[in-house]
Amino acid sequence: MPKPAEVTLPSDREVRVTRTFNASRQMVWDAHTQPELVPKWQGYGGWDMPVCDMDIRVGGKYRWQWKSREDGKQFGFFGTFTEVNAPSKITHEQYYDPGDLDFAMPVGDPCIVSLELGEHNGVTTLVCNMAFASKEARDAAVATGMTDGMEYSYTRLDDLFARKAA
Amino acid sequence: MTPSERLDATFAALAHPARRAILARLATGEASVNELAEPFDMSQPAISKHLKVLGRAGLISTDIDGQRRPRRLEPKRLEEAVDWIERHREIWEQNYQRLDALLEELKGKPAKSERTK
Repeated sequence: MPKPAEVTLPSDREVRVTRTFNASRQMVWDAHTQPELVPKWQGYGGWDMPVCDMDIRVGGKYRWQWKSREDGKQFGFFGTFTEVNAPSKITHEQYYDPGDLDFAMPVGDPCIVSLELGEHNGVTTLVCNMAFASKEARDAAVATGMTDGMEYSYTRLDDLFARKAA
Repeated sequence: MTPSERLDATFAALAHPARRAILARLATGEASVNELAEPFDMSQPAISKHLKVLGRAGLISTDIDGQRRPRRLEPKRLEEAVDWIERHREIWEQNYQRLDALLEELKGKPAKSERTK
């Protein structure tokens, strides 16, 4: 099993996640960039990902939307790719779309998300860096997606794993 | 301080390697400014500046009495920050465990696409 994800704070506006995978860089890249693969792993327990549109090129847009299996509520992220260098680096400006979740947050400030992949001896190291455009954007992200809302959805993660295993 | 200001102060405090090192040192027990300055190649004013940032974030505290004024770790505030990081980490880790499973699945199949533009 790969080592669990590590999270560090490179600055007061950045969050960095590092994780290794026992797979080639190309494969990890595909899992991040192919619209039919992304919904299979990116998400939250209890939520399906019915919308995953990605135009993987500089200036290309993307839209991800999750839908609650319980009450049909939706939220998502959308944005623009600003750097695409297959299979090693992709950067996008990400906006939060609160959809019809109760906790609205400002959508004006994008988060600059960069994904870097390096391969060594068949093991791929992923470094995902999120730079919030402002203190307000960081606080809003902390106040919503990264805390209560997701916590709520995790209570049904086991269910998801069970479903996957079936 | 509002929760937002507190988070801001904590993020800023933890963003500097010297301040993380100071916290690590204080986790082993209280220490005076001189004792903290020793292992680092840093002047006392520089250390004092870092201590001020850590103090403002509520990550350390000190007694007023006496010359030595040892600094000590305030674990509660640090726990809040660590909790936040841990919660964030869990979200990613859950996703990445699903990705692990997907990658294993993909390895069993012929490469579907060699190239993604």
